[in-house]
Amino acid sequence: MDRMLMKGNEAIAEAALRAGVQAYFGYPITPQSELPEYMARELPQRGGGFLQAESEVAAINMVYGAGGAGARVMTSTSSPGVSLMQEGLSYLVGSEVPCVVVNMARGGPGLGNIAPAQSDYFQATKSAGHGDGRLIVLAPATIQEAADLTILAFDLAERYRNPVMILGDGILGQMMEPVSFPQPVTRNGDVSWATTGAGDGPRRLINSIHLEPDNLERHNLHLLEKYRLAQQEVRWEAYRMDDAAVAVAAYGLAARVARSAVDRARAKGIAAGLLRPITLFPFPTQAYRQAAERVRALLAVEMSAGQMVEDVRLAVEGRAPVFFYGRLGGVVPTPPEVLTQIEKVAAEVER
Amino acid sequence: MRQITARPKALLDVPMHYCPGCTHGVAHRLVAEVIDELGIRGKTIGVASVGCSVFMYNYFDLDFQQAAHGRAPAVATGIKRVLPDRVIFTYQGDGDLAAIGTAEIIHAANRGENITVIFINNAVYGMTGGQMAPTTLLGMRTTTTPFGRDARLAGYPIRVVELLNTLRGPAYLARVALSGPAQIHKAKKAIRRAFQTQLEGKGFSLVEVLSTCPVTWGMQPLDAVHWLEEYMLPEFPLGEIRTPDGREAVLVPVQTDGKG
Repeated sequence: MDRMLMKGNEAIAEAALRAGVQAYFGYPITPQSELPEYMARELPQRGGGFLQAESEVAAINMVYGAGGAGARVMTSTSSPGVSLMQEGLSYLVGSEVPCVVVNMARGGPGLGNIAPAQSDYFQATKSAGHGDGRLIVLAPATIQEAADLTILAFDLAERYRNPVMILGDGILGQMMEPVSFPQPVTRNGDVSWATTGAGDGPRRLINSIHLEPDNLERHNLHLLEKYRLAQQEVRWEAYRMDDAAVAVAAYGLAARVARSAVDRARAKGIAAGLLRPITLFPFPTQAYRQAAERVRALLAVEMSAGQMVEDVRLAVEGRAPVFFYGRLGGVVPTPPEVLTQIEKVAAEVER
Repeated sequence: MRQITARPKALLDVPMHYCPGCTHGVAHRLVAEVIDELGIRGKTIGVASVGCSVFMYNYFDLDFQQAAHGRAPAVATGIKRVLPDRVIFTYQGDGDLAAIGTAEIIHAANRGENITVIFINNAVYGMTGGQMAPTTLLGMRTTTTPFGRDARLAGYPIRVVELLNTLRGPAYLARVALSGPAQIHKAKKAIRRAFQTQLEGKGFSLVEVLSTCPVTWGMQPLDAVHWLEEYMLPEFPLGEIRTPDGREAVLVPVQTDGKG
């Protein structure tokens, strides 16, 4: 198929349709409303169901019902909406219901603003609502990658029977870039566990209650084992890292800015590189650990007060100093700004 | 010899965890009998909610999903939208449906979502130990209204079927009571009609089932039934208030001796 110029929100919607999404449930919120609008137009024509829910709380529970009934299902929202979905996400994880959730994050806390931000990293990667659950989290940096990861997200959700979050930001949702889509995929996951009406067979149950502590512990250990297996899905990109002395750690939009800054640093003779996580959970811990053996220092750049940097530090475990530069409240750092930080770090480790 | 009664096939032969005198067992049996009689066991998916009926999936020989507190109508919506030819029902208590799940029930009803809701109203939170419910009567003592429910502090009992009857979406709305053989017979007819409404694709159906909770009410089971008749019926009048054929009725409270 030819390349098309599309907004990130629309590209994700189109990719989901090509992945065979059967139902979409969501509630309008800026800056992701193009996604439900695209779905409202396209999904019914392609044999699926679209429903605008009364709230994000209802939307994620509709996702739970449809996913539990074996359908490929998704929702999309932005930061305050994800807060409302935390309850449902916990039940989805506990009941092992696959689904895809898109978070086009915006500035916070509270109502914050509608500018792009990365301040939902903790919320996305450290828990799925209450309890010991996790989401698989994918962080695209381009529109093409957003489309590709959307298709991957459905497969991962079904392979691990766990919700998968695509964590973008307001700019990724709104900006336009060329994108091409793969041929429609055929789904090959086993959904014999789904509640589709028992027929003559054994009854099935979508459930997260395990009253006996021993049983619940066993269930939690089972979830933990899934997350251990999911480590094999870890993805990252190393850019100009071969001989890098300063490694910039950044994902999503911040990584695009960092890439420009790395090129500018190289032009000035500073051996900078970029190590970009594509999966935020599982986090590319080994990649950072190995990089820390070779570089003089790392610099985490985020559109947050410093969230992913904690995972970088946990990965590096003191092997190299980790510096941090963040812009908050929806402010996007510029390449010259990040270049200045790279120069500072380079000077620091030269001393 | 002729067998005149048996356990419905939709019910499993297992002990239930309900307290003595609780009417959940009766309501479960009515739902199971209707599922048997309509021959829909293999294509029915239940949605259990949070409350005393949280474990009802252990008692029914059906596919089940367990919903978060109040969210059963949203979960049922999700299932129905991807499996429109299956029969989907929720079974919810008064706290679940009329407090924490108010938004979900109103919007499912307003969409005319083609699902069936069995709404158990016993005027109290049973599972958490007898706290005030949205349907707790004025003056009624609960563990969180130790001096009786005071409208100035805690508002009024919510009349759910009357509330939903203001919407255009619902196809069938009825209130029944499990207060004796005659009423239980009527309750079963209403539950059957609710499921039939869904089977005929006519839209949202809800049956409010007035029930007893003798343990949290602090009564003997028989006294609880009498209390239901004496105090709940004046507040929650019985009958079909909305039917799929368009016939609408006005629910008239029963006359009592004035003690209600």
